[in-house]
Amino acid sequence: MKAIVCVKQVPDTSGKVAVNPDGTLNRASMATIINPDDLNAVEAALKLKDASGCKVVVVTMGPPPAEGMLRELIAMGADEGVLVSGREFGGSDTFATSQILAAAIKNIGVEADDIVFCGRQAIDGDTAQVGSQIAEKLNIPQISYAADVKVDGTTVTVKRMLEDGHMTIETQTPCLLTCIKELNTPRYMSLGGIMDCYSKPVSVLDYNALKDDPLIDPTTIGLKGSPTNIFKSFTPPQKGQGKMLEGADKATCETLAAELLKKHII
Amino acid sequence: MADFNNTNLADFSGVWVFCEQRQGKLQPTVLELISEARKLADDMGTEVCGLLLGGKGVADSMAKELGAYGADKVLVCESDLLDTYTTDAYAKVICDTVMAKKPEILLIAATNIGRDLGPRCAARLHTGLTADCTHLDVDVEKYAAFLQEASTLPQAQLDALNREDRNLKMTRPAFGGHLMATIICPRFRPQMATVRPGVLKKGEYNEAKANAVVVEPVAFELSDADIKTKVLEVVKEAKELVDLTGAEVVVSVGRGISKDVETGIKLAEELAGLFGGVVGGSRAAIDSGWLTADHQVGQTGKTVHPKLYVALGISGAIQHKAGMQDSECIVAVNKSDSAPIFDVADYGICGDLFKVVPMMIDAIKAAKEAK
Repeated sequence: MKAIVCVKQVPDTSGKVAVNPDGTLNRASMATIINPDDLNAVEAALKLKDASGCKVVVVTMGPPPAEGMLRELIAMGADEGVLVSGREFGGSDTFATSQILAAAIKNIGVEADDIVFCGRQAIDGDTAQVGSQIAEKLNIPQISYAADVKVDGTTVTVKRMLEDGHMTIETQTPCLLTCIKELNTPRYMSLGGIMDCYSKPVSVLDYNALKDDPLIDPTTIGLKGSPTNIFKSFTPPQKGQGKMLEGADKATCETLAAELLKKHII
Repeated sequence: MADFNNTNLADFSGVWVFCEQRQGKLQPTVLELISEARKLADDMGTEVCGLLLGGKGVADSMAKELGAYGADKVLVCESDLLDTYTTDAYAKVICDTVMAKKPEILLIAATNIGRDLGPRCAARLHTGLTADCTHLDVDVEKYAAFLQEASTLPQAQLDALNREDRNLKMTRPAFGGHLMATIICPRFRPQMATVRPGVLKKGEYNEAKANAVVVEPVAFELSDADIKTKVLEVVKEAKELVDLTGAEVVVSVGRGISKDVETGIKLAEELAGLFGGVVGGSRAAIDSGWLTADHQVGQTGKTVHPKLYVALGISGAIQHKAGMQDSECIVAVNKSDSAPIFDVADYGICGDLFKVVPMMIDAIKAAKEAK
């Protein structure tokens, strides 16, 4: 049994998000972090490892520096890292990304008792599509919004969150789960793990390594293989400057009440 | 699948809406989608179809309502296997129906179910899917008018748009609303979008259209063997649902109430009660366990655009602002005068909320009585 975890390096949008004058995102100005939901996916895989001794493989698609993130995950307890990297993969939308990641996962090998873990969504794109699309490409069942996972042999039971409650869903391995923050609290890297993280294997899968997979074709990957394109990107106009009400006393509150009354809000 | 999409794009027509139901009850956000689909279909000169999947008799109670908000036709797929949502069964029936009937546009609400289903279908159909859209246009004139309002793009760029372009222009916020992106899917059909609940407006109920709606049962193949997941139970949480998106007034609390959480929430409740509104919270308030997750406003919570939004002790991180900056009027109370929440606030008060809010409550009470 093994757990394969798909992880993404994302800009830290909790800090200042800088936008270039041409309306594109100034990525250089932002620090990169491991996507928060993906950390929950890694933790779920590591819990499985704690219980069953299975192998944990972390996979990411991104530029070469993303290797550093894979080392961090190895320091948390993952056994092996796979970096999917190549110019041909750049500009992929979710469809093309899932084609490439599914091919990479097939390259790693999906056995009958394996589980693929993903985060629910990445904080930069916010689409929550890639996990579901990988499951389709691998032709395995998916359960998204996993808030609790129990694995018993090849049977996986998941508490799947809905807006107004939850479902309990059972499926068989191999399957794909997308994880949410309610699932667990990710562990820290261990000191021993940090010491060892550079001695564990990280392999790189480039275009040549994957090109024989039927999923990989110039018409299905990268910018050219993406069904969706950005037509326009733009920044919304700044809202007109609001009114700061001076002081924080009774008179201020009365002014506010009067303003709200004038605007027919109360 | 690619074969299906190698066919002529002109063979595809009609605007479809996936009509999500749970336990035989239509999700209210579907009516927003139907209303929007009506506008798009009118611009394109085509028809609106609701695609309804469920157990036996599911259409009886819903078809009329779907018609009233703009559906010309409701395509119904009924089976015991479709009674409860499963990705496998729904994706199969939807994809088979789409391949047989070739709609040009397929809209899905971005609920927890829609966001599970949409990408699975798009991957199988080999088409594009834009997530969590907040604005849709086909007509270029209308799109240009939208850009004029909602963007800082120079007029020359708006004039340069190709007026013949009939692609669906799907606009969505990215990076917490700092950047908006309009996405198109020019080479494949159907053009698919999931749409954020609570953002588009529901139209008027039309009695004549309700009576004119055509219900068309769809034949499909589905067996137990197609469904690899088993739903053991569906639990509806007993707690009362907080209707954040429907509320006219939302009073939200953030980390600023940490000094005395109980009083902070009580004050927010009292203020909200005064307006007949509801209490919301920032992620900080939810993660600290002060409020349950259904109160959360923001990028990972709910998007609200009430008439009045009151932010108490919320610093205004972009993830929070993304969920509330379109409110008609925003009042912020914060101790720090440099809090970013004041950038979007119409009225800001710099002060301790525990002192300010009781005075605010009194002042508003007095103002209401004097009215």
